[in-house]
Amino acid sequence: MSRMSVLEEQQDYRGTARAWLAEHAPGPAAGLDADGLLRRARDFQAALYEAGYSGITWPTDAGGRGLGTAEAQIFSDEAAEYELPVGPFVIGMGMCGPTLVDLGTPEQKTRYLPKLLSGEEIWCQLFSEPGAGSDVASLQAKAVLDGDSWVLNGQKVWTTNAQWADFGAVLARTDPDRVKHAGMTMFIVDMHAPGVTVRPLRDMSGRAPFNEVYFDDVRMPADAVIGQVNQGWHAAVTMLGHERVSIGASRRPRSNPLEFASLVELARSAGVAGEPKAREVLADLFAHERALELFNVRMRQETAAGNPPGARGSVAKLAGAMLLRRAIETAGEVAGAGVVAWDPADTRGPELALGINSSPASSIAGGTNEIQRGIIGERILGLPKEPQVDRDVPFRELKVGTQRT
Amino acid sequence: MQLVLDSEQRELRSAVRKFLLDQSPSVKVRAAMVSESGYDAELWRRLGAELGLIGLVVPEEYGGSGAGHVERSVVQEELGRALVPSPFLATAVLAVDALLALDDEAARAELLPALAAGERIGTVAVAEGRSDWDRSGGATTATERDGRWVLDGVKTLVLAGDVADLVLVYAATPDGPGWFAVDSAPHNPAAGLERTTLTGIDPTRRLARLRFTATPARPLASADPAAALDLVADLAAVALAAEQLGGLERAMEVTVDYAKVRVQFGRPIGSYQAVKHGCADMYSAWEHGVSVVRYAAWVADRAVQGESAELPVAAELAQAYLGPAYFEVATGMVQYHGGIGYTWEHDAHLYYKRAKSSELLFGSPARHRARLADRLGV
Repeated sequence: MSRMSVLEEQQDYRGTARAWLAEHAPGPAAGLDADGLLRRARDFQAALYEAGYSGITWPTDAGGRGLGTAEAQIFSDEAAEYELPVGPFVIGMGMCGPTLVDLGTPEQKTRYLPKLLSGEEIWCQLFSEPGAGSDVASLQAKAVLDGDSWVLNGQKVWTTNAQWADFGAVLARTDPDRVKHAGMTMFIVDMHAPGVTVRPLRDMSGRAPFNEVYFDDVRMPADAVIGQVNQGWHAAVTMLGHERVSIGASRRPRSNPLEFASLVELARSAGVAGEPKAREVLADLFAHERALELFNVRMRQETAAGNPPGARGSVAKLAGAMLLRRAIETAGEVAGAGVVAWDPADTRGPELALGINSSPASSIAGGTNEIQRGIIGERILGLPKEPQVDRDVPFRELKVGTQRT
Repeated sequence: MQLVLDSEQRELRSAVRKFLLDQSPSVKVRAAMVSESGYDAELWRRLGAELGLIGLVVPEEYGGSGAGHVERSVVQEELGRALVPSPFLATAVLAVDALLALDDEAARAELLPALAAGERIGTVAVAEGRSDWDRSGGATTATERDGRWVLDGVKTLVLAGDVADLVLVYAATPDGPGWFAVDSAPHNPAAGLERTTLTGIDPTRRLARLRFTATPARPLASADPAAALDLVADLAAVALAAEQLGGLERAMEVTVDYAKVRVQFGRPIGSYQAVKHGCADMYSAWEHGVSVVRYAAWVADRAVQGESAELPVAAELAQAYLGPAYFEVATGMVQYHGGIGYTWEHDAHLYYKRAKSSELLFGSPARHRARLADRLGV
């Protein structure tokens, strides 16, 4: 196929996607209760699937469309014009689903993936524990084989979407006598099974976007294993790779109170847009925001040319978190104490406050800034690791988190 | 938008890198920086005559290669990596860009071929007090007497001003600012031109003060001299940012390599998070810097074709980002090398000094941010 006709096809794809979104993007959510919001999200996801915009790059035997990243990028560019209700499905679409595409059995793919893509079933990911954050491989939840099924016990935390989830991808220890990375297995767990308890967890912004999940003697069938028994770390690394891509590809909402354009507006309404100090910090914010945008564009161009970003995704993740801190400083510089208290009638106040209060999440979730710098240092620059005291020791003998088993 | 080099551009990069590794290692840089002229004349000759790099953006009809700003930024990166003391920024960037931005076809045809071949060194003289470029022409005046023009005044911070054969001066006339060429070959110096090499912190880049006293000058035709000045300034900001990126890159590499082999308390210092995370921040600055420079050079190519209005923002973005980033990395280079990094013998101080002189060359970071704010309409 000639280059021109590829471009023309992409133009067509963009035009069709744009028209479809204009017709099907749901209207305002105002006034809906929690159930109403979930129903609205499910209806839209079903429509996406029906139209072929769910799983654009996934293989056809997994229920996807088997298209390239170019089409996925086009659709995501067009979709960025809308605030689409895809929140309940991001973990399934971005992490669990792609991992099943990579490692699932044909039976698992047939059973789970079409319903995941259509929004009929919602997924969550269960890795982190109170004692296992950055060091996920030190997790203590355990699964023991009993006859022909596994029995799962333990606690997971920071579980996004668990309140809606039908299934979860859970990582559990299956052999504590092996070294820690070698004794884990990933399973599909039915979140409606007896013994599963989900409790909302309130974050520092006051919202409860995630949960803690308890497993008490939850039984899982033998065919619930994703990949191989005791090869859970491999499955986890596969999933975390998809997570990084998913975070990198996600577009920030169209109007973000902490981005340059919004803060220029804030400076104008505070009457300081002409002051040298305000102008300077705004320009500095622009420079860093634009540099990160350009870096993301460059990584996409390199990916399209056959050089996937790999660990360089950590640079974008880290820079995004640092950018938010800079933006918070800028907001304070231009609006002063107007950022911390406002008239009840002012609608911008709560938006900005939420941005400030939720920004620490970006420095922690999906790998802290410190972990990202470690990844950049070791995997990109080739700097030596620190001495690892946990490397050759059976998990049973390790000190883990803040507690002992 | 094209932010990734094509295969020819990558080949250019490796050819220039190899040439400079062979021909301008640290020992040659150090010899050049204490020499009378401040640069390696033989290296300069080869950059022009042999490699054709000086006339990279000069159209073929004027003896150049007719390549673009992306290619020139690639060469600037390599010159910055190797810290080559040379009149490249003065000649291949400022003087060439000024002649191309003006509307004087006769001057182009006459002056560009010798610049492109490296036979003559060119520069522009604009700044007077600090490093800011005054669009009015400042206190330097050009006066017409009996059909001949003469210049009076003092220009300073002139790149390669002590060795340039051709100085393009931006001066005030009764009818507004204008551009003037002063011809001052070593064997035939211009009358009334007094040059003083400035004493500076960066031994790898020399600047000079030029005093004009009834110095004969040739007026250069220009429909809008101030607009030409803006274009020259923006293109120079992009080219300097590329040079800064190359220096940043090398400073980071040397530091990371050292952190892998320097052992203290029984292990390589790069295994300590305090050092490792500092290196990671250097890498992040480099990735962003590459992206900004590729973008700015891509915009520059389109802007000189009249196909983009983004250059004013892109140029200030490049300086606002790369200036402080390079100095930060060069500071870290000295710091993570510890005592050895503070010696004259180690090259760290040369990167540190080049980073500081570059950061302020066309105005302080705060000035660049203020101009960026202007151009963003804030």
